[in-house]
Amino acid sequence: MAKRKERIDRGIKVRSESIYALASWEEIAYLVGPRSLLIGGMLLMPLILLNSPYWGRVFLSVCIFACLAIAFDFLANVVGLVCLGGAFFYGVGSYASAIINTKLGLPPLLSIPLGTVSGAVICTALIYPCLPLRGIYFAIVTLMYPLLMTRVIEAADIFGGTEGFRGIDGFGSPIIESYALVAVLLLGLFALRRFLAEDPGLVIRAVKENDQSVRASGISVAWIKTQAVFIASLFGCFAGAYYVHMYKNVGISSFALDLSIMPIAAAVIGGTGLIGALIGAILLVPLSEFLRDFGTLRIVVYSLVLMGFVIFRSEGLMNYAVRKYQQFERWVEV
Amino acid sequence: MAPMIEVRGLSKHFGGVKALEQVSFDINKGDIFGIIGPNGSGKTTLINCLTGFLKPTSGTVRYLDRDITGLAPHKVARMGIARTFQIMRPYFSMPAYKNLVIPLFSPRARKIGGWRGGGKHGDRNTVAIDILEELGFERDSRVPFKTAGTLPTGYLKRLELGRCLALRPDVIICDEVFSGLSASEIASLIPLLRKLHEQGITLLMVEHRLKELFSLTNRVMALSYGEKITEGDSADVIEHPKVREAYLGSEESV
Amino acid sequence: METLIYGTVQSVSLLLMAFGFSLVYGVSRLPNFAHGALFVFSGFAAWICINKLHLPYGAAMVAAPLLAALFGVLIYQVVLRRVRGMEMSEVIATYAVGLAILEGLRWAGFRGTSYSLEPMFEGVGIYFDVPIDNQRLVVVGMGILMMAGLYVFTHMTKIGLALRGIAQDEQAAMMLGINSDVVATVALALGSALAGIGAMSLMPLGNIVVEEGYKVLIYAIAVCVVGGLGSWAGTVIAAFVLGFSQYLTVAYGKSHYQMVVMLLAVILTLIIRPSGLFGKQKQLEERV
Repeated sequence: MAKRKERIDRGIKVRSESIYALASWEEIAYLVGPRSLLIGGMLLMPLILLNSPYWGRVFLSVCIFACLAIAFDFLANVVGLVCLGGAFFYGVGSYASAIINTKLGLPPLLSIPLGTVSGAVICTALIYPCLPLRGIYFAIVTLMYPLLMTRVIEAADIFGGTEGFRGIDGFGSPIIESYALVAVLLLGLFALRRFLAEDPGLVIRAVKENDQSVRASGISVAWIKTQAVFIASLFGCFAGAYYVHMYKNVGISSFALDLSIMPIAAAVIGGTGLIGALIGAILLVPLSEFLRDFGTLRIVVYSLVLMGFVIFRSEGLMNYAVRKYQQFERWVEV
Repeated sequence: MAPMIEVRGLSKHFGGVKALEQVSFDINKGDIFGIIGPNGSGKTTLINCLTGFLKPTSGTVRYLDRDITGLAPHKVARMGIARTFQIMRPYFSMPAYKNLVIPLFSPRARKIGGWRGGGKHGDRNTVAIDILEELGFERDSRVPFKTAGTLPTGYLKRLELGRCLALRPDVIICDEVFSGLSASEIASLIPLLRKLHEQGITLLMVEHRLKELFSLTNRVMALSYGEKITEGDSADVIEHPKVREAYLGSEESV
Repeated sequence: METLIYGTVQSVSLLLMAFGFSLVYGVSRLPNFAHGALFVFSGFAAWICINKLHLPYGAAMVAAPLLAALFGVLIYQVVLRRVRGMEMSEVIATYAVGLAILEGLRWAGFRGTSYSLEPMFEGVGIYFDVPIDNQRLVVVGMGILMMAGLYVFTHMTKIGLALRGIAQDEQAAMMLGINSDVVATVALALGSALAGIGAMSLMPLGNIVVEEGYKVLIYAIAVCVVGGLGSWAGTVIAAFVLGFSQYLTVAYGKSHYQMVVMLLAVILTLIIRPSGLFGKQKQLEERV
C-alpha cells in the first residue's frame, strides 16, 4: 500500500480562526503567544541586559543586522532583486549620518533620520541605472558597489580616507540607545509587513510575478522597483546611521564584507517573510559572537550554514516553525 | 476623420531575421480589425511593436495623431491601448479579483475613476468585482475569490480582458484570445466582445480561428513572413490568392 | 615599448585569473563565485606540498592545479548540481563556499605575509631595453600555453568538442547524446585547474595571502562581464582592454585607482551594454 504525507491544519488553529477564539484562553494564547513573545522579548531585552554591557551591545548588533537582513529579504523575495552588497546601504548611511553630525553639528536625533533618508536617496540613485539588469548582473553590480566605495574613499583620501574619522555624538544614555533602536526596528518591520499585505504591496509582488503584465497595465515597473529599493535602503542606511552613533566613529570598515554576508545568511536561514530575517539575526549574531574567539571561523560557519540552506532549498526556520505550529503531518494510505 | 491608429512602414529585424517588413495600415475608431496569418508571420511581433514591448527597427506608429513609436509599454497603456498576452500569466498566487486591482493603480485608471463612471474613488476591490461581473463572473459565487492559478482557461481569458478593462481603454488588442478555448467557450466569449465594442472600445484581434473571427470583424489584414499581403473585407481577404497560398501552399507544389 | 610589454604582462595576468571563470560560465552557465577561493587554495596547496610534504618544486606545480580540479569537482557534485538552474541560488551558494574556503584558510593559520612560492626563474632580464622579471615572462608564457592548450583541447579532443558543443547550444548538444552533467563536471574541473595554473604563474610574484582570493574573483568577474559572459573571445579581448587600462592607471595615475578602474568598467558595461563586448544577442530573448 503506497503512502503519502498529508498536512492538516491543527485543531487549535482552526478553532482560533473565527471570532469565537475570544471565548477561550487557550485559543487566545495560541494566537497571541508567539507574537507577544517576540515583541515582548525584544522590548524587555535591553532591561534584562542592563547589567552586562557586552551582551547589551550584542543585542543592539542583532537589531542592526536585523535591519540589514530585512532589507535583503524584502528586495530578494518580495521584489525579486538579489542584492549581494548590503554593506553599500550600511556604509552610505554611516558616512551620511556621520557627516551630518560632525560637519553640520546636528544632534543624533536629527542626524540619524536625515542620514538615513539622504543615504537612501543616494543609494537609490546609484542603484537606479542597474535596475533593468537580469538577476546575475544585478547581483554582480551590487557586490561591487561597496568595494568601489571603499577603494574610492581610500584612493581619493576623502572622508577621512582609510582611517575614517571620530568625534560623532553618542546617545548619552544606554536606555535611550537601546530602546530607540528596538522601537524603530519593530515599528519598521511591522509597518513594512502591513504595507505588503495591503494593496500597494500587491503591486510590488505583482512585479516579481509577472512584470510584463504590470507594464501592460499602465504601471511603470522601473518606478515600482525604485520605490522598493528606496524602502530597502531606508532600512540599510538606518542601520549604518545608528551604528556610527553607537560607536562614535566611522571608517571604511563600514563597507566590510561581513555586513553583506551576515544579513544574507540571516535572511535565508530565518526564512522569507521579513520576520524570518529578524529571527535569523537573533540566531546568527550571538552565534557569531560566541565564535569571535575563534577568529574568522565564524564566517566559515555561517557561510557553510547558508550554503546548506540554499542547497537544500530550505524554507527557512521561521516558515518551518510556523508550519509546524499551524499544521501537523501524517502518513495516509493512498 | 483621421484614423485612430496609423501604422506606416513598420519593420522589425532581429539581426538577419525580418520579423516585420514595411507593414502599413490604419485602424479607425469603432473598428473591429482582424489580423490573420500563419504561424511565424509576425503577428505577435506586430502587437509588441504597437504596444511598446519591442522597439521597431524602422517605421512609425501614430495613435490619435500622436507619435507613439518606441514608447515604453506602460506609457502606451496609459494612453488607452490595452493588450492581452497570448501566453497567459495572471498573477497566479493572488485571488482573481486582486489581479484586477493592480491595473487600477495605474495613473490612467485613477484619473478616470471608478467603473461605470460613478464614484471617483470607488473602492478598488468593489470596482474589480464589478468588472468581473461584467465579464460573466457570477457575483455571488466564490469564483472571483479563487486563486487565479486554479481557474480554468475560459475564466483566465476573461480575467485577461478584465485586466485590460480595468485600464478603461479605448483600444483593446487581443493576441489570440480564442486559443485554447472550445467552440462553446468561444461562442460565449463573442457576445462579450461585441458588448465591449458597443460600449465604444475599438478592437484589434490577432487570431487563428478564422470563422469565429470573421463573425466579429469588419476589416481584416493578412500577414505572411512579416509582410502585409492584403487588407479589406473579411470575404475578400479570405479569397485572396496570396492568403490562400500563405496558409495552404501554392498550387504548383501540390 | 615599456607600455606594450608591461601592459601585455598585466593583460595576460588578468586572462590567467579570469579564463577559468569564463570557461565554466560559457559551457554550463554556472557562475562559480568560488573561483577566487580555488585560486588561493592552489597557492596554499602548492606551498604545503613544497614545505610540508617536501615534494620537488615541479611536482607541486603540477599537483596544485590537480588538487584544485578535484576540489572543483567536489563543489559541483555537492553544491552546484543541486541548485543548477536557479541562478541566484548558484551565485549565493558558490559565493558562500568561496567565503568558507577563504576564511577557513585564514583561520587555519594562513595569515600574514610569510607564505610564498619561489619564482620559476629568478632574476631580471632586459628585453628591448625594458627591465622585466623573468617570472613575469613565465606568466606570459603560461598564458600563451594555456590558450594554445585549450584551443587544441576544444577542437581536437572528444571531450573538448563536447564542451564547445554545450557552450554553443546546450539543448542541441544534449539531443546528440552529450551528458550535460558530465560536461559540467569536466568544465568545473578544468576551470578550477585553470585557476590553479593561474595561481602557479602569478603567486610567485608576491606572497600568498587570502585577500588575493577576493581580488581574483572581482577581477575575473570584471573581465568576463566586460567581455561578455559566456564568450571566450570576449574574455581574451577584455583582458587586454582592462589590462592596459590598469597599467596606464598605475603609470599615469595613482595605483590605488587600479581596482576602481576595474569596478567602474564593470558598472559602466552593465549600464551601457550589459551583454558585454561579445555577449550573445539579447534581443532574441525578449519574452512576451
